[in-house]
Amino acid sequence: MTKLEARNPKSEKNPKLETRNRRVGVFMRSAGMRAVLALALVVAIGCLFNADGAFFRVGTHRDALRQASVYGMLACGMTLVIISGGIDLAVGSVVALVAVLFSLTVIHWGWSPWVAVPVCLAAGGACGGVSGVLVARFGLQPFIATLAMMVFARGMAKWASGGEKIATAVKNADGSYRYVDVPHIFRLIDSRVLGGNVSVVTLICLGCIAIGWVLLARHRWGRELYAIGGNEEAARLSGVPVRTAKGMAYVASGLLAGVAGLCQAAQEQQGDPEAGMGYELTAIAIVVIGGTSLMGGRGGMGLTLLGMLTIGYLDKILSVNAVPEAGRLMLTGGIIVVAVLAQTRKR
Amino acid sequence: MVNADPDQPLVRMRGISKRFGPVMVLEGVDFDVRSGEVHILAGENGAGKSTLIKILGGVHEASEGVIEMGGLAVKPGSPLGANRLGISVIYQELSLVPGMTVADNIFLGRPMTGAGGLVRDREQRERARRLLEKLGIAIDVEEVVERLPIAQQQMVEIAKALAREARVIVMDEPTSSLAAPDVRKLFELIAGLKKSGCGIVYISHKMEEIEQIADRITVLRDGKLVGSAVAAEMPVEKLIRLMVGRELGEQFPRHVPEGTAEARLRVEGFSTGRAVKNVSFAVKRGEILGIGGLQGSGASELLLGLFGAYGGKRVSGKVRVDGEEFAVRGPRQSREAGVALLTNDRKGTGLVLPMSVTGNATLAALERLSPGGWRRPRAERETTREYATALRVKAADYDVEVGSLSGGNQQKVAIAKWLATGPRVLLLDEPTRGIDIGAKRDIYQLMNEWTRSGIAIVLITSEMPELLAMSDRIMVMHRGEVTGEFSRGEATADKILKAAMGDNR
Repeated sequence: MTKLEARNPKSEKNPKLETRNRRVGVFMRSAGMRAVLALALVVAIGCLFNADGAFFRVGTHRDALRQASVYGMLACGMTLVIISGGIDLAVGSVVALVAVLFSLTVIHWGWSPWVAVPVCLAAGGACGGVSGVLVARFGLQPFIATLAMMVFARGMAKWASGGEKIATAVKNADGSYRYVDVPHIFRLIDSRVLGGNVSVVTLICLGCIAIGWVLLARHRWGRELYAIGGNEEAARLSGVPVRTAKGMAYVASGLLAGVAGLCQAAQEQQGDPEAGMGYELTAIAIVVIGGTSLMGGRGGMGLTLLGMLTIGYLDKILSVNAVPEAGRLMLTGGIIVVAVLAQTRKR
Repeated sequence: MVNADPDQPLVRMRGISKRFGPVMVLEGVDFDVRSGEVHILAGENGAGKSTLIKILGGVHEASEGVIEMGGLAVKPGSPLGANRLGISVIYQELSLVPGMTVADNIFLGRPMTGAGGLVRDREQRERARRLLEKLGIAIDVEEVVERLPIAQQQMVEIAKALAREARVIVMDEPTSSLAAPDVRKLFELIAGLKKSGCGIVYISHKMEEIEQIADRITVLRDGKLVGSAVAAEMPVEKLIRLMVGRELGEQFPRHVPEGTAEARLRVEGFSTGRAVKNVSFAVKRGEILGIGGLQGSGASELLLGLFGAYGGKRVSGKVRVDGEEFAVRGPRQSREAGVALLTNDRKGTGLVLPMSVTGNATLAALERLSPGGWRRPRAERETTREYATALRVKAADYDVEVGSLSGGNQQKVAIAKWLATGPRVLLLDEPTRGIDIGAKRDIYQLMNEWTRSGIAIVLITSEMPELLAMSDRIMVMHRGEVTGEFSRGEATADKILKAAMGDNR
């Protein structure tokens, strides 16, 4: 107690100013500030190595955001799960499963998107629900439960697709192929708005993050997730409905993986059962680079947005400078380490 | 580290100052330990005791000042470096590896190795066995540490210090989780260590302990040395005055409110698993029922069970609040019935340390404060301010993480969390554990206020003076059964201890 008082010996003079100064000081040392710094650093690198001005073109930014959007949706759900002290490894497979289901229903079976979209999202949510029940009700470790769901959902995707890509070339009964049009809903999701400067998927992603932010920062459930991640037993003994809150985090993560799956299918104009491999790891990297603690209890959706921009721009800068994929991967790995070290050093 | 001159201290710290950023936590403190003495380091939480011993133990480096051993300046640099100098610190949070055996823990960090770095297990076990024998501790060296009761784990920790040939042993509140017989055993051990020439630095908040074992006492307040003397010249009143820096009135200010007949809480034939067997009692409005008992008495389990921490399946019996029976099913249901539980481990089960003061203070009342699911930050802030002010929580800001507050303030936040639910029955399990005297007194006075407003309190405490002074009635438990009940007038430490050891009336 004396420590805290001693920090502000002048506080009697102008308490309001002191409080504000201290708050600014707190922010400067916060995870948010470090995430902003990391992003600023990446953007500065982009300005420096701008590939003859390519980095300054609107199209570059539009594409950087478009390419990061699917990861961003997954990271949004991942943030909820990680704050509750868990992890969701299944999201990449759920992307594939939903992409396959969406293509199958819309392209092959000609369902209306008004039916297909809710069904596909429900499938994603159900995958998350199973993980949630395994973790919250049966007490399986999140790593194990979602690892199992990752394998299972991948199997489902392969089973539903028969192991083949579900595309606009539809196999007839006699073995020949006929071509159908790319469904309208696919084109809609993959289009651009605002004078062609913003991709629709980016808007969907930002919408997801906005909803996630509101839930996390303003809904009781968000506070419960922080409490569970910070100290599950203390939360339980305070009367927090631990099982429900925790389970719902996995449902949300599955649902958002479903949204990502719809976008993935629309962008690729097909449902690939092999899609989304390793996406869960990129999503985790985004959350961690933002500064959300893998131990749970600390972090936020704003941080994840910053993490998504950092990773997205980094990737784009490396690709406009024609750095080969091998180098890109190695650099990204190194940068994750540096970012996380910067986050943990102060604690 | 053999010291030829008996008058020369084993270790002497001179002019130690420590700054964390702009905060001065220690200012020019002198401290020394002589061979064969117990030197008590006293002070309220936040006075700088922990920082001082962390500097001695090599966790922190002093900003200014020197540490001398045998007349030479030394720098521990790291905990391992301190160990090499013969300094061993036993922190409140034990530093044993729970999944390893006693022998492996004793030699942790410096195993006996043979060719190729392989650990010589058999020799280690033999050495460990001899060491424990010498200390008079009957523990199987091959037992896994996590299966030992906390008291024995503490003994292992001491054995570990001795295996490193420590001459200076620092103990930070070693008895905070021990029951009376174990405390006695620990004190015997300390007496033995003194005889063999070790110097002991002992941190404690318990006055009766200090009176019992102190040879010398040094008091810190706000990072400064405010007094140091041999024990005989430092009676308890003086010690408390030095620690607090102001006169305290009577230490336990219990005012029994006007008696009423209504039972607020009535428990009949309550059992939980094997820990609590067929316990019945009632607590009236405004009454404090103290529960006495030793480790394993089942008192904590009784409160946890009543609160629904074990769910509804493993408990049986009838529980009534204000005459209305409620089925024990879980913490949420108990909370709705007006029952609140302050657990005995605020860091482990009481608070969410990474969350803000506001977040913790409103956690139990969150459903009331967020109708329809949407939180109302302003209502949360107001609730926090209301209870934090009433409890005199000292925090620069209610947005800071609760983990950054001192122990006493953390405890007050944990209490605020339950007051915000408007409880009718408060179950308090060790409400003053590990907090300083000023904060303890605050809590005693608050207990008076709560009982005046009609709240019924069930109090568990392992500090006998606190139990005797604060309880209106005392129930004693032994191995899950009630073995005695005493009114305020007839209760004495002897009677309680007798009942606690299973001597039935």
